[in-house]
Amino acid sequence: MTHFSALSLLKNALTGQKNWQAQWPDSQPKSEYDVVIVGAGGHGLGAAHYLAKEHGITNVAVIDKGWLGGGNTGRNTTIIRSNYLYDESAKLYDHAVDLWEGLSQDLNYNVMFSRRGVLMLAHNVHDVQSFQRHIHSNRLNGVDNRWLTPQEAKEFCPPLNISPNARYPVMGGALQMRAGTARHDAVAWGYARSASQRGVDIIQNCPVTAIRRGPDGSVEGVETAKGFIRAKKVAVSAAGHTSVVMDSAGVRMPLESYPLQALVSEPIKPIFPCVVMSNTVHAYISQSDKGELVIGSGTDQYTSYSQRGGLPLIEHTVAAICEIFPIFNRMRMLRKWGGIVDVTPDRSPILGTTPVPGLYVNCGWGTGGFKATPGAAHTLAWTIAKGTPHDINAPFTLDRFRTGRLIDEAAAAAVAH
Amino acid sequence: MTTFRVPGRGRVLHNRPVSFTFDGMTYQGLEGDTVASALIANGVQLMGRSFKYHRPRGPMAAGSEEPNALIGTRRGKGRFEPNTRATVQEIWNGLETNSQNKYPSLKFDVGAINDRAYMLFSAGFYYKTFMWPRSFWDKYYEPFIRAAAGLGVSPSEPDPDNYASRYLHTDVLIIGAGPAGLASARAAATAGLRVTLVDENSEPGGTLLSEPQASLDGTPAWDWLSAELDALTDLDVRIMTRTTAIGYYHQNMIALCQKLTDHQEKPAEGAPRERMWRVRAKQVILAQGALEKPLVFDGNDRPGVMLAGSAQTYLNRYGVRVGNKAVIVTSHDSAWYAAFDLASAGTQIEAIVDTRPTPNADLIKEAAARGITVLPGHTATGTSGRLRIKSVRVNKVENGKVLNARNISCDSLLICGGWTPTLHLFSHTKGSLKWDDESQTFLPDRITEECQIAGAGRGLWGIASALNDGAVMGAAAAKALGKSATTQTVTVANDRPGTGESHTELPTDLDPGKARAFVDYQNDVTAKDLRLAVREGMRSIEHVKRYTTNGMATDQGKMSNINGLNIAADALGKKQPEVGLTTFRPPYTPTSFGAFAGYHKGEHFEVTRKTPIDSWAEENGAVFEPVSLWRRAWYFPKDGEDMDAAVRRECRETRKSLGMFDASTLGKIEVVGPDAVEFMNRMYTNPWTKLAPGRTRYGLLLGDDGFIRDDGVIGRLSDDRFHITTTTGGAARVLNMMEDYLQTEWPDLKVWLTSTTEQWSTIALNGPNARNLIEPFVEGLDISDAAFPHMSIAECTFAGFPARLFRVSFTGELGFEINVPARHGRALWEKLFDAGQKYDICPYGTETMHVLRAEKGFIIVGQDTDGTVTPYDAGAGWAIGKNKPDFVGMRALNRPDLTAEGRKQLVGLLTEDGTSKLEEGAQIVLDPNQPIPMKMVGHVTSSYHSDAAGRPIALALVEGGHGKTGDTVYIPMPDRTIKATITGTTFYDPEGARLKL
Repeated sequence: MTHFSALSLLKNALTGQKNWQAQWPDSQPKSEYDVVIVGAGGHGLGAAHYLAKEHGITNVAVIDKGWLGGGNTGRNTTIIRSNYLYDESAKLYDHAVDLWEGLSQDLNYNVMFSRRGVLMLAHNVHDVQSFQRHIHSNRLNGVDNRWLTPQEAKEFCPPLNISPNARYPVMGGALQMRAGTARHDAVAWGYARSASQRGVDIIQNCPVTAIRRGPDGSVEGVETAKGFIRAKKVAVSAAGHTSVVMDSAGVRMPLESYPLQALVSEPIKPIFPCVVMSNTVHAYISQSDKGELVIGSGTDQYTSYSQRGGLPLIEHTVAAICEIFPIFNRMRMLRKWGGIVDVTPDRSPILGTTPVPGLYVNCGWGTGGFKATPGAAHTLAWTIAKGTPHDINAPFTLDRFRTGRLIDEAAAAAVAH
Repeated sequence: MTTFRVPGRGRVLHNRPVSFTFDGMTYQGLEGDTVASALIANGVQLMGRSFKYHRPRGPMAAGSEEPNALIGTRRGKGRFEPNTRATVQEIWNGLETNSQNKYPSLKFDVGAINDRAYMLFSAGFYYKTFMWPRSFWDKYYEPFIRAAAGLGVSPSEPDPDNYASRYLHTDVLIIGAGPAGLASARAAATAGLRVTLVDENSEPGGTLLSEPQASLDGTPAWDWLSAELDALTDLDVRIMTRTTAIGYYHQNMIALCQKLTDHQEKPAEGAPRERMWRVRAKQVILAQGALEKPLVFDGNDRPGVMLAGSAQTYLNRYGVRVGNKAVIVTSHDSAWYAAFDLASAGTQIEAIVDTRPTPNADLIKEAAARGITVLPGHTATGTSGRLRIKSVRVNKVENGKVLNARNISCDSLLICGGWTPTLHLFSHTKGSLKWDDESQTFLPDRITEECQIAGAGRGLWGIASALNDGAVMGAAAAKALGKSATTQTVTVANDRPGTGESHTELPTDLDPGKARAFVDYQNDVTAKDLRLAVREGMRSIEHVKRYTTNGMATDQGKMSNINGLNIAADALGKKQPEVGLTTFRPPYTPTSFGAFAGYHKGEHFEVTRKTPIDSWAEENGAVFEPVSLWRRAWYFPKDGEDMDAAVRRECRETRKSLGMFDASTLGKIEVVGPDAVEFMNRMYTNPWTKLAPGRTRYGLLLGDDGFIRDDGVIGRLSDDRFHITTTTGGAARVLNMMEDYLQTEWPDLKVWLTSTTEQWSTIALNGPNARNLIEPFVEGLDISDAAFPHMSIAECTFAGFPARLFRVSFTGELGFEINVPARHGRALWEKLFDAGQKYDICPYGTETMHVLRAEKGFIIVGQDTDGTVTPYDAGAGWAIGKNKPDFVGMRALNRPDLTAEGRKQLVGLLTEDGTSKLEEGAQIVLDPNQPIPMKMVGHVTSSYHSDAAGRPIALALVEGGHGKTGDTVYIPMPDRTIKATITGTTFYDPEGARLKL
C-alpha cells in the first residue's frame, strides 16, 4: 500500500491521481477468526489496529451492520479532552490524549488532531467549586487544566460574552490547553486502512444477529446476516446497540440509549479559535477546519433508538449558544442530526471482560466516546489479547454496578443545593 | 435600464426602480427582483468564488437551491449575515451586499492559485499529507487550511432583531404552492377542512410563475392563478409565503420558518425578523416539485453557465434575459422551451445541443421554424472564458464514439440534465424511497407519517398532471379525515410536459482525468474526485460524500446529490439503490439561529425565577447569585462593604440577636392521602409512622444506588398530610422521582403529590430574639418552648395571614420558618423587618446561610455530597430507619463497596496555622512529598471564615475520615502546601443549647 506523504501526493498528482489503491478492501467473512469485533466504529477498528500492531493478532474480523464509521464516530462533535475528576477517568482519557498526539504518524493518516484548547465555562458558584475541584485534582494527577478569569476567558475566546448581566454570567472557566478536536471520519478510515493493511478483515453491511455460546457457556462465535462466524474471542463495541447485541449472549447490560443531537452552521472564515463547553446550559461549540460552527446539545429527554431527535432540544441548544455568543444570532444552521448514545448509571464506560468466557465489551461512553477512541481501542486490544484488563481499564468493570464501586463523573458535576 | 431587462415582462414592477449596492457599486433593479435577477439585468453574472479553487462563479439557479451566488447582506449596524443566496434575497432601496471568499477583489483573487494546482487538491488530499514534521500541524498547516476554508465572514456584533415563534394546529398542511399544492388546497378546503398552504417563495404559484404561456380553462396562467388565490382565500385557506418547511418531525409536526422583514425597506420598529412555526397537522401534503439537474462536463461552472429552467424563470418571472448569445446543452425536453422563450425575447440562440440522437420531433420542428440550429446526438466537452463564458466545445457522438469538436461562441450556456423530485422532507420522516429505472430517479415508496406526496414530487411532470394529482391528493387527505372533497378538472393548454435521459459525465474525446467537470459546485467536487474516492475504497455513498464533501455545501446536495450518486454507482459498477442515498437532514434550507432561539434570548433565555421578596432585596442593595433557575440574594452589603465584610457582619448580627432570610426558593411538595405515611416510609430513609402530627423531621432521600440525592425538613400536618421541603435545585427532580415511583412502582398507593414551591413564601428568622419578634404576630398558638418545641409545625394565623409555622433551624440558633401564601410574602417581610428594628434585625443572604450552617456541620447536598456519598459517609446514619422493611436505596446500601473500609467520609478540617482558609475543591493528601501523580484521599467541600469559631473552618470528604480525628493531612496548592487537622464537623455550640431557648 502506498505510504501517504507530500511526495506521494505530488507523484500521484502528476499521474492524474490514477494510481491510488483502495484504502481497505471490502472483505467477505471467512468461516473462522481468532477475534471478532462487533462494531466498526473508531473504537472497534482501533482495537483491531492495536491487536495487529502491538499483539501480533491479525486473524481478526471487524463486523458492522452498516458502513464503517457510520455510527457515533461519524456523528459526534469531535471534542477531545482529559480533564476528568476521578483518578481512574483521568488516567484513561489522558492515555487517549497521549495516543492522539502521535496518531496521524502512527496510522500514516492525517486525523487532524488539533490542540486548540477546551474551555469549560462556569456560570454559578456551584460550577466554580466543581471546576476548582477538577483543577486541583488534575494538577496532582499531572493532567493539564487551569482556571481562567472571565477576562482571560474572553481573551482566549473573543466571541464570548462575559457581561455580568448575562442570564448565566461567565464566572470563569477551566481550560485544558492540550485538548482539542480531530477529524472524526479520518479516525475511522485511518484505523481501517492500517488494520486491513495488517491483515484484518473489515466486513460492512453485515448485521450481527446473535452471539453463540457453547455448552460450557463460553463464546463460540457470532451469527450474522452472512452466516455463522466462528471465534473464540468476541468483543462487542456497538455503542447505542451494545445492549441489544449483548442480550443475545444472555448478558443484560446496565445501559440506556438516548438520542444525542448536533448541528453545524454554514461555513465562515476562522472566528472561533478553541472549543467551548457549557455544562450548565448544555451547549458545546467549536469551528471545523472547513469553517462550520460545530455545535452539540445534551441528550434528548427520552430513551430512543431513533436518529431523528426532537426539535425543542435543538432550539434550546441554539438559544444557549446565542446567549453565550450573541454575534452568532444571524448565523444559519446548515444541518442537524442525531446519534444514539449508550449511558451507564455512573456515566463512565464499561471496558473489559464479562461473565461469559471469551466475550469482551466496550460500551457506555455516553456523550464522550470519541475523545477516548485511541485509549479505549488500545486497552480493549490489550484486554482481548491477554484475556485480562490493562491497569488503565481495570476499574471500568461491569461488576462495579454490583459492588457499588462506581466512577461517577456525572455525580462529580451534580447540581443541587 | 440595461439591454438585459425585457420591457413589460415578468412579475417585477417596471415603474418601481430600486437601488442597492454590490461590492460598493450601486446598481438599479426593480421591485420584485432578487439580488441575482437585478445583477443579471445589469449584465453582472460573476457573483462569487468557489470554496477550494476560488473559481469565478455566477448563479446556477434562480431559487433556494443556488450553490454559487452567495453574498453577504447588510442592513446597518448589527444586521449583517454571510452566505445569503443572491437568488433568494429580494432587493430594497439601500440594501448593501458583498461578494465573498476572495482577496483582494472578486475579479482578481489570489486564492485562484489553487485552481492552477488543482491536481494536488484532489479529494481527501489533506488526509495524506501535512503530517511531517509533527509540530508543524498546529503551527502552520492547520492555520493555513482554516484560513483558506470558510466562505463569508461571521457577523461581529450582537443581533438587534427579534424573532418570534408560534404554534399552529391545522387539518391539512400543504407544502409548496405550485399547481399541485394549489389544487390540493382547493380540494381539501372544499371538504370543509382547515387548510394551510406554505411556500418558500415571495409569492405563491410555483411553476406557473415561470410559465405564463400556459392557459388554464382558457384563462392565461397568471390570471387563473390570481383568481384561484382569491377563491382559496374565500375558502379560509391560510396562505403563507416566504415560509420554508425546514423539518418534518415525529407525529406530523412540521417546523416552518417564515421570513418577515428581510425583503422590506423599512421594517416596522421592533417587528420580528423571522417566525418559527411549530405546526401539528392531521394530514400533510408534500407538493414541493422537482429540482433541475446540471450536466457534468469539463468547464460546466463558468459564470454564464446556468440551468435552463432557471434562465426561463429569470426571463418570465423577473423579465431578465440571462445573455445575448446562448447555447443550450440538454438531455431533456424542458430546456428547449427555455430556448424558445429566450429567442422570443430577443436572445440569439446559437444552438440547441441535445445528447439524444432523436429528440422530440415537434420540438425540432419549432426550432426549425425559429431558425435555431439543432445538434442532436451531441455532447459538450469543454468551455472557455475566465470571468464569463466565451464559447462551448461540442462534439457529435456516433455509436459511442466522440467525433471532432467544434466551438460555438456564446455568453450564456444553459444546461439541463433532467429533473429530480424534491423529497427532502419526506426523507426526514424516514419514509423509504425506491429507484425508478425509467425516470432514473428516486420516488417515494413507503410512507411512515400521515402524509401524501403530490405532483412532480412523485415523478408526474407538467402543469396538467400536477393540478390533477394535487386534487386527488387533497381529496385523499380529506378522506383520511372522514370528509369528502369535490375535485375540479382543469384543462391546460400550452402545457410543457417533457421527457429526457440521464447521464453521468457527458462523453468526451479529451482525457477525462483532466476534466474540471463539477458535481458539487460550491465545494468544488468534480466527477474525477468521486471516481478517485471509489478507487480508494469508498463504497458507500456516505463514505463518498464524506471523503469528497460532495453534497455537504450550503445547498446540502440539492444540486449535486443525484449526479454524485450516478457517478459513484457507475464507478462501482452497481445500481444506484445498492450504493444508497445519503440521509437528508433538517433544515431544508439554512435557517438562522435566531429563528430557532425565538423568544429565548437575553433575559428570556431561561426566565429567571424570583421570589415575592426579591424586589425588596433588590431595593435594599442585595447582590444576587444564580442558583438553578432562581436568583437569590447572596449578601446585603452596607456602606461599601465587600462580600467578606458583609457576610461576617450578617453572621455576627444573626448569632447575636436576630437575622432574617428569604427561604422561599426551597422546594415544597405536599403529600396527601390515606397512604401518605407509607409513601414517605418508602421514599425517605427515615421512619415516619411514629412522627406525630404537629412534628417535623429531617428527611434524607437516596437514589436507588444508595447515595444521597436530597434532604430537607418535613412536617406532618395530620395523619394523611405531609409538607416536604427539598433543596432549591432539587425540587423538580425530587417531584419527578416521586411521581416516577408512584406511577410505575407503587400505583396501588393512594397518594397525591403537588408541587407547592411557588404557593408559599418562606421567611426564616434565626437568632436569640426570634421568638420575641414573632410572638405578637401569632394568633391562636402558643409558641413557647414547652408548647412548641424545636422541630414543631403548626397551622396558624400570622400577622393576619394564613400561615404554616415551622420551628426549625439551619443555623444552630433559635429559629422559625413562616410560610404564608406567596402573594403576602413581601408584606410579611416588611412587617417583620419593621418590627425587628428593635432587635437590630439583619437581613442576610445565601452566603451567610452557608457559613452559619457549616459552623454547625449541616451539609448542603451537592456541595458536601456529590452523588457518591451515603448517609453513613455523611455522618447521617442516624437518619436511617433501622427497622424499616424497605426504602429507596436500602438494598444498594448493602453492596460490598458501600460497606467497605476506606470510604470517603465527611469530617471537619482546621488548618494548623489557624489563619489559612482552604480553597473549596482543594485536594487532600497524606504524604505531601510524593511525586505526581499523587495519591489523593479526599477534597475540601466547604470552607469559610468563621467568626463564631474565631478562625477558618472547613468540611471535607476524606478516606476513612471518621476514624482519623486528630490526624494531620496536607493540602498541596500550586504555591505552597497547607497542613490541617481532621476534626468533627460541628464548630459551634456542639451541645445545641442555643436551640433550646
